[in-house]
Amino acid sequence: MITPTLLPYGDAGLLLEVADTAEVVVLADACRAADLPGVLDVVPAARTVLLVLVPGTDLGSVRRAVAGLEVRTGPAGAAPAGSVEIPVVYDGEDIAEVARLTGLSEPEVVAAHTGRPWRVAFGGFAPGFAYLTGGDPRLAVARRAEARTSVPAGSVGLAGEFSGVYPRSSPGGWQLIGRTDAVLWDLARDPPALLTPGAEVRFVVEGR
Amino acid sequence: MRALEVLSTGPQALVQDLGRPGHAASGVGRSGAADRAALWLGNRLVANPEGAAGIEIVLGGFAVRAAALLTVALTGAAAPATVDGRPVGHHAVILLRRGQELRLGTPPAGLRTYLAVRGGIEVPPVLGSRSTDVLSGIGPAPLAKGDELPVGPEPEAFPLVDVAPVAPPPAGAVTLRVVAGPRDEHAADPRGLAGVAWTASSRTDRVGMRLEGGTLAVPDGAGSLPSEGIGRGAVQLPPGGAPVVFLADHPVTGGYPVIAVVLDADTDRAAQVRPGQPVRFRYVGGVS
Repeated sequence: MITPTLLPYGDAGLLLEVADTAEVVVLADACRAADLPGVLDVVPAARTVLLVLVPGTDLGSVRRAVAGLEVRTGPAGAAPAGSVEIPVVYDGEDIAEVARLTGLSEPEVVAAHTGRPWRVAFGGFAPGFAYLTGGDPRLAVARRAEARTSVPAGSVGLAGEFSGVYPRSSPGGWQLIGRTDAVLWDLARDPPALLTPGAEVRFVVEGR
Repeated sequence: MRALEVLSTGPQALVQDLGRPGHAASGVGRSGAADRAALWLGNRLVANPEGAAGIEIVLGGFAVRAAALLTVALTGAAAPATVDGRPVGHHAVILLRRGQELRLGTPPAGLRTYLAVRGGIEVPPVLGSRSTDVLSGIGPAPLAKGDELPVGPEPEAFPLVDVAPVAPPPAGAVTLRVVAGPRDEHAADPRGLAGVAWTASSRTDRVGMRLEGGTLAVPDGAGSLPSEGIGRGAVQLPPGGAPVVFLADHPVTGGYPVIAVVLDADTDRAAQVRPGQPVRFRYVGGVS
């Protein structure tokens, strides 16, 4: 049973804090499914879920509704909402640095990244960018000391407990291990984001 | 054809409606009019549905020519306005005949003027909204000279009032009401925002209002968090101690602590604060 801590967020929001990102995924799903009063948006993040409310919504009623949610994590967490395979060429500029930081060889970094499925935990940073969680814990590395001013679209990176793919060229500080041709964001597609909340993501070596 | 031709834009002119809530998990923010109350008022004056798109104009300098008989209204910052050289009122219903030109000077106070058009600006919506999000680049491009803006058909409702007795944005200090938290413990003085006479910095835009005039001390070990959702009105405290008030095009998530959140209604007033204008904060409670 997940019991979030409720934190104030002005007069039109409520911040729910839980223990880890796995609980966030389950709690955000439950909040979307529960049809809570006055909720405009559900914003999952690393340890929290922000409920953005219609102005004038009675915060007490939202607090009571959240307290009444029965949110449980099964042995494997929530069932994934869809599955996406992303082919990657593992020739990123930082792959040697990631190997050094993790104590793995470069082939072992690739094996770890492709060896188990990731999950879409939350978005942010840019449309279509997904923070992926649940990967091999040996791949946890700090961001680069200095961000790059331009990271190409399709770059596959690591930062902290997360992996992610840059939807478009942008500045960025993640450790880059590879690149993909997958289109992460396409407004002509419904939904535009390739990686949607709760989806399972499998990285595979391109051409195999 | 019901349309407006853009003759000049001033520093920035954007199509805005009430935004596209519900896409944060895909990294898309709500966006929408920076001063929603002003857009609402304009739409009410021309009897539009509240979600109709209008034009958000920063510091005047904007001009359009009507391609048909159109009913419009100006709200928000009270930019002096003329139709074919004849002064017209603010917060008032204005008729533009075909070929007539509406021109805006620089408002004496406030930052953003709204032009509501009966029928609404009907550029193609993106994810359910015609708002331009300057942070993510989603939505119509910023307006440029020569743009033809299609205007929708007249709604069934008719304008009921000619003038709305609403005060335009003030020139002096603006006080914003805030609720402490969710991360006020990340400031050495959790209520420190109220103790500084802040000034809106020149680095202020639709994403956020950066404040100068002081800094808030950040205790050792505080100052950074795993990414958290950001809402409109969030007052974020970066490690340098100079707070940022997030406005309409705020990022979806961020890793610096939010020490207080501006009351929703006051975020509209914050969006009218000019660079260099004094800003104060007043804590309010009882919204638990």
